[in-house]
Amino acid sequence: MTNLTDLTVAEIRDGVAGGDFSAREVASAFNVAVADARALNAYIVETPDHALAAADQADADRASGTLKPLSGVPLGMKDLFATQGVQTSAASKMLEGFKPEYESTVSGKLWDAGAGMLGKLNLDQFAMGSSNESSYFGSVISPWKGADGAQLTPGGSSGGSSAALAARLCPGATGTDTGGSIRQPAAYTGTAGIKPTYGRCSRWGVVAFASSLDQPGAMARTVKDNAILLEAMAGFDAKDATSLDLPVPNWEAALSGDLKGKKVGIPKEYRPDGLNTEIAALWDKGVAWLKDAGAEVVEVSLPHTKYALATYYIIAPAEASSNLARYDGVRYGLRNLPDGAGLQDMYAATRAEGFGDEVKRRILIGTYVLSAGFYDAYYTQAGKVRTLIQQDFMKAFEQCDVLLTPTAPSAAFPLGGNNADPLEMYLNDVFTVPASLAGLPAMSVPGGLSADGLPLGLQIIGRPLDEQGVLNAALALEERAGFTARAEKWW
Amino acid sequence: MSVDSSTVKKVASLARIAVTDADAEKLVPELNSIIGWVEQLGEVDVTGVEPMTAVIPNTLRLRDDVVNADPQTGGGIRDKVLANAPQAEHGFFAVPKVIE
Repeated sequence: MTNLTDLTVAEIRDGVAGGDFSAREVASAFNVAVADARALNAYIVETPDHALAAADQADADRASGTLKPLSGVPLGMKDLFATQGVQTSAASKMLEGFKPEYESTVSGKLWDAGAGMLGKLNLDQFAMGSSNESSYFGSVISPWKGADGAQLTPGGSSGGSSAALAARLCPGATGTDTGGSIRQPAAYTGTAGIKPTYGRCSRWGVVAFASSLDQPGAMARTVKDNAILLEAMAGFDAKDATSLDLPVPNWEAALSGDLKGKKVGIPKEYRPDGLNTEIAALWDKGVAWLKDAGAEVVEVSLPHTKYALATYYIIAPAEASSNLARYDGVRYGLRNLPDGAGLQDMYAATRAEGFGDEVKRRILIGTYVLSAGFYDAYYTQAGKVRTLIQQDFMKAFEQCDVLLTPTAPSAAFPLGGNNADPLEMYLNDVFTVPASLAGLPAMSVPGGLSADGLPLGLQIIGRPLDEQGVLNAALALEERAGFTARAEKWW
Repeated sequence: MSVDSSTVKKVASLARIAVTDADAEKLVPELNSIIGWVEQLGEVDVTGVEPMTAVIPNTLRLRDDVVNADPQTGGGIRDKVLANAPQAEHGFFAVPKVIE
């Protein structure tokens, strides 16, 4: 019999509907896999009962002919989404033990669509990081290993999601992407993930990092699964002031890898001197694959690309310093009240204990760039450069329909390998941050393996609201890359 | 622009994060490295460019001006609001004495 944990979201959905297996069998198989893989540290909290309850409902719904779009599909939920009655920690000490009295809009939509929850997935603390090493609950360990057997990062911040998908601990997962937190982990683990247009998925109930950039999205092993999950997650929400009041397209039904008549742009600024030769070679393959799918390939220019990271590292910390002001030891989360301390001392002690080093660094940078005398030089200037970066994309999209780039500048790096200098870690996001600053839909799909046998990803960036164009180009890549490699089980 | 230990302590105080002298010393080079790097933005010509306020054009909505227009964000849920408080007493958040 087929190993149920190897199935995709679509295969599980269709198999449950067709009676090939029960939803309970699927949920049970994943619950066993999750419990057996604690060495990876992908889940912070396991919720086998939630998965089984949704599965039993799915089996009952099948019997009564009332199946829903995701009936029988168990998912991993990034621990940045508030889940009612289940610890929502953002991988921080600050929120350890926090059990929301409410459900985030996105997770609620997934449960309403019939999905169940296997558990809460580990991440970088408050989603700040590119390697998952800033989690208060310990690093996630990638199921992939380096050539020398070294333990690798699964990427970040959605590293629990990417590791769990690669290790078959869930068929699909949620992620959130602020500067690349869905796409980079997907690239590092041989999985696929899509960040939709800013505003497609509600941010309500998602622990806030940088609100003008944060966007929930889907992660899975195939493009089709991403389309299925995103359809269930997206949609207008009056509780999010930046939610887009637009109908959700039927992305799965319109999937097509035929790119005849489409133009693919190759931004020349994404090929800097010293670009990793394996990454450059994979990019060239991607160009050939899209041509084979019928697309015309054109070179485009995004002249302000080199300023994107610096822009991001002003805007994101500035917004974070404001958003994280809510953690005050009064309303929820940790409180540290030294003997005889007053209110101000309690705030300072609570925040010193509850935040990790990287979170503190970003709050301090954000506070500094927003402080009197510096605001215009840093924050206003970054806002203007952000406008220029977006205008670059809009000009490029006059010449093409989607852009093709690498997702990350290298394959996954060893845990602990990039920690000496915070700035080095930031450079991982060089190819993903520009699309985030412009609010554009973007997706990473596996393209192949490095010489060391590690997954490498390709990124498609689309016009605002053109998730379909992104998914279709990604599908064309997926069909030609034929990526079937998986990490050998050692955990 | 670069920061020294006293600036780090001032910023930490603004951010309500307690730092020791040793913390502040350690943060000085880390923050200077990041601040020095983001200052490259100063070289970009932004004449006539407006800072971005909305990445995707959108209009602000107004909800009906009634209590509990949305039950999930409305009132009447005191116990839920207090459920995760480190200290709640008599239906209120409890904090250390603020006024002598």
